[in-house]
Amino acid sequence: MADAQPLLMLDNVSKRFGGLRAVSDMNLTVGQGELRCLIGPNGAGKSTIFKLIMGFERPTSGTIAFGGDRIDGWPTWKRARQGLSIKMQIPGVYPELSVQDNMRVAAQNHVASHEMAESIRGLLARVGLDGLAGEQVKNLSHGQQQWLEIGMALSAKPKLLLLDEPTAGMGPGETEATARIVESLNADGMAILVIEHDMAFIRRIARTVTVMNLGKLFAEGTITEIEANQDVTDIYLGRS
Amino acid sequence: MPRRTSWLSAENIAFVIFLIFMIVYPFRTDDFGILNAAYFAALTLLALSLSMIWGKAGILSFGQTAFFGIGGYLYGIYTLNVLGSAQTWVGLAVGMLAGGIVAAILGWFMFYGGVNDVFVGLTTLALTLVLQTFMAQTAGPEWTVGEARLNGYNGMYIPQLSFGEMPLYGRPLYFVYLAILIGVYLLLRWLSSTRWGYGLLALQENRPRTESFGYNVRLMQVQVFALAGVVAALSGVLYASWGGYIDPSSMGLTAAITPVIYVAIGGRRSLTASMISSMILLKLSQLLASSAPEYALVIFGLLALLAVLFVPEGFVVALFNLIDRHLLNRGGGNLPGMTAPVEEVTANG
Repeated sequence: MADAQPLLMLDNVSKRFGGLRAVSDMNLTVGQGELRCLIGPNGAGKSTIFKLIMGFERPTSGTIAFGGDRIDGWPTWKRARQGLSIKMQIPGVYPELSVQDNMRVAAQNHVASHEMAESIRGLLARVGLDGLAGEQVKNLSHGQQQWLEIGMALSAKPKLLLLDEPTAGMGPGETEATARIVESLNADGMAILVIEHDMAFIRRIARTVTVMNLGKLFAEGTITEIEANQDVTDIYLGRS
Repeated sequence: MPRRTSWLSAENIAFVIFLIFMIVYPFRTDDFGILNAAYFAALTLLALSLSMIWGKAGILSFGQTAFFGIGGYLYGIYTLNVLGSAQTWVGLAVGMLAGGIVAAILGWFMFYGGVNDVFVGLTTLALTLVLQTFMAQTAGPEWTVGEARLNGYNGMYIPQLSFGEMPLYGRPLYFVYLAILIGVYLLLRWLSSTRWGYGLLALQENRPRTESFGYNVRLMQVQVFALAGVVAALSGVLYASWGGYIDPSSMGLTAAITPVIYVAIGGRRSLTASMISSMILLKLSQLLASSAPEYALVIFGLLALLAVLFVPEGFVVALFNLIDRHLLNRGGGNLPGMTAPVEEVTANG
């Protein structure tokens, strides 16, 4: 596969829910090793884009390609095995299981049994949860649950990691720690697509930013360009 | 805090005590007691089947009794047509296979059709009732399969499992049934601890999330549904062979709900708890039937209500957790059957 070919490519993707057009003719690419932020006001269709990429929803029209394969007809589990992984907006951890069992569930399809313990230990250290392996997940703080979910998403050894509001509900210290995790993953060459509302966080991590509004691509550029764009400010303030 | 992993848990101790009791019991009781215990063992397989599908995979099925009936009837139809003692064991396999195939087909339609949760309960209940209604109207002489007369509510005569020319009876019958029960129990426990078993545990909490970790969730649901169907059918075969008889009431509403109550009272997430609770409650049910039949259903209903309201994990599982926490000093609140090697991760962590 040529390096120039994007890892993920959405081509004219639309999604209707009954009469509602959640996403309209959206084009989006994420290159190998790229760290991109997807922003936009509430209801812009950002989370729907993630659901379409992951296969929780099927596009009404348009195509999605990942790693050179057209994947829009694939079931979610097949996409996951191909290297797509997601941290959802609402934590998708298993509260009744221990941290260790959560990680095991996430890793089983991607890590050999004899490497499991080592892999889990490494990932828990990476997301700052070392020492909590035996803890039941419902006893963890909100921030810790978010990190656990990032750890679980990483168990799949993804080529592309989708993070839906990774800092939602976090304090400044936790947000900073999350930024460091995201940066270090990207520095290792992992492509990451992040949905966020926290502009300080985006400024801290992002190189490229895609702005969505009303289900459509609204603007694209570096964080400096986006912040200087008056139209983007307007849609956030509801003036467009 | 690192938690020691060992086989020393209340659940495992309870299993060993149960096993010893079950081995010693036939030498301490009369022929009636032995036959009675064999009957309980046959029906307890149904509880294991339900514990697997409901407790380990989160799919509440009222269809286990339908598979139970299919197993029993198919065993009867086969052994009445293909005579010979060795053929009774082939009949056992035929009954199990039939239960598994019907469960797989129904499961495929349900889970690939997006039917889940309460609708699985409704669909499986419908299957049970349709099958009962159908079998109930087979009293006429036109309802025969080869040599086998289905016979409606008059019931179908069924040959017994045999070794050589001798039908199984007394202690040999009991120990064969016990061996099958324990074998199935160990197999299901082992399956629950595999990659597949962990996947089931995860999908019952959150299906889309589990699929996003690379699990083929629908296929796994069909697989576990078929497996539970095989176990339920095995239970039906053993029941039919034990009594030499089966009729449609084995697939009725009461029959469909009774194992659900037994498993809920014991603790659906633990195969051990379900097995022990089923044996105890079957005995209790028999005692009540002879001394106070009018109160039997009320008492079971009350126990189930108490379990749902105050001990949702089930009485036997709650007891396991108490013993684990206070006597064995293990972290409580963990799901029974989970044996992840925690110390490997926390050491040097």
